[in-house]
Amino acid sequence: MKRIFTLSAIILICHTIQAQKYVTKNGHIKFFSETPVESIEAHNNQVNSALDISNGNFIFKVLIKSFEFKKALMQEHFNENYMESDKIPNAMFSGKIENMSSINFNADGVYDVQVKGKLTIHGVTKEIENSGSFEIKGEKIIAKSIFHVKPSDYDIKIAKAVEDQIAKSIEVTVDITLDKMQ
Amino acid sequence: MKSTASFFLISFIIFPIYLHGQDDLFDMFEKEETNFAYASFKSTRIVLGQSIENPKNGSLNMEIQHQFGNMNGGGYELWGLDQATMRFGFDYGITNWLAVGVGRSSLNKTYDGHVKTKILRQSSGARKMPIALSYFGGVYYNSLKWEDPDRENYEVSRLSYAHQLLIARKFTKNITFQITPSFIHRNLVETAEDENDVFSVGAGGRFKLTKWISINAEYFYLLPGNTADKFEDSFSVGVDIETGGHVFQVYLTNSQGMQEPYFIANTSDSWSNGDLHLAFNLIRTFSLKKPDSFKKDKKEKKNKKEDKKE
Repeated sequence: MKRIFTLSAIILICHTIQAQKYVTKNGHIKFFSETPVESIEAHNNQVNSALDISNGNFIFKVLIKSFEFKKALMQEHFNENYMESDKIPNAMFSGKIENMSSINFNADGVYDVQVKGKLTIHGVTKEIENSGSFEIKGEKIIAKSIFHVKPSDYDIKIAKAVEDQIAKSIEVTVDITLDKMQ
Repeated sequence: MKSTASFFLISFIIFPIYLHGQDDLFDMFEKEETNFAYASFKSTRIVLGQSIENPKNGSLNMEIQHQFGNMNGGGYELWGLDQATMRFGFDYGITNWLAVGVGRSSLNKTYDGHVKTKILRQSSGARKMPIALSYFGGVYYNSLKWEDPDRENYEVSRLSYAHQLLIARKFTKNITFQITPSFIHRNLVETAEDENDVFSVGAGGRFKLTKWISINAEYFYLLPGNTADKFEDSFSVGVDIETGGHVFQVYLTNSQGMQEPYFIANTSDSWSNGDLHLAFNLIRTFSLKKPDSFKKDKKEKKNKKEDKKE
């Protein structure tokens, strides 16, 4: 009897943990580089992200090859010469929500969110801290954030010939809709 | 007591997964993906012949190709620079796997049209394919005035055709090889002994020196026959220099003509005599189509505008 109880307790614990996860496989990340010479924009609509509201863990896994550029050739150069996507296919973020207590996941509304964690791009990991927002809409969380990334911080070497065309700091816009995992 | 022990035991098995932090979240996305090889060559040509690369979906490539005269003509001919054979052409990617092109060369005032389609893509990961395979088909129209307008001339005798299978493998990010079985058919040849059908096997490759520069070489072996006896195998060596939207190829070749029936089946100069031509290709890419994600962005803006109006 006791055994059944403990077993069911474990299952229940696992189950509740399961139900506290939010996930998406088609989040959107845009990046934008602006210089007087050229504006470059790329979109990725296949961003993987998951959030565990039991402990505030928040992760992203982004396939670099899924970034689409206006010019297909630019996309090829981005993968081949800058991001080396064959060798390093993904960018990742692994972090935590810092202000879990101020977010009520059961009440619809918009909440400011502080995130802290490790961002890995081009195989280089950096600690970052950033703010954004969560819009809670029933079983969905719409997460948004804008931050800046310096290619030089992540060992991404820009060819001298195109130095003027690529910004020193690139604006990254995250816009994802997480669904509650059933 | 026993059950409490088992509870702890099971807990120890299960809890570490959660204590690890973010690993369990990453596990959800642990799916092996298919990695397709890309950028096997810098341009749609290895040197003279076609490479496995196509213009991308919605990209228009403009090609300007020049071949100068024989280098062994000496200083009087400025080592061949006094003469030039040229071709200009356009290549358009209808999809990522299908491209069509047209062009015209000053050699025999020949127009060409072609289609290139990818059949297999080289990939690793979830789906594995060791090679890339493409088909190239071209038709060539010689528009010179009839040599003898008084005899009965047939319009179809102006036409030649080329069919090629392009089999390539990108071995490392710097090294790619390609084998190109080729079949040339000419509706009309000069003499009765000349072959209408010519078979050849091409082999080519590239070696990347830096991110933007590669060395390319290409050889077309003529299978034994009348053509192989009368003509030379085509051999070309060149350098590709890529700058943003341009690829600039400079090369040395013993061939004349930039269309398959000429350089594969009609090369008369030989490397051993120093009968070489300095030549270059300039390929410029224009993007005519926007990818889907850019269209969506526009739609969203439109929707927002409409929302405001309401």
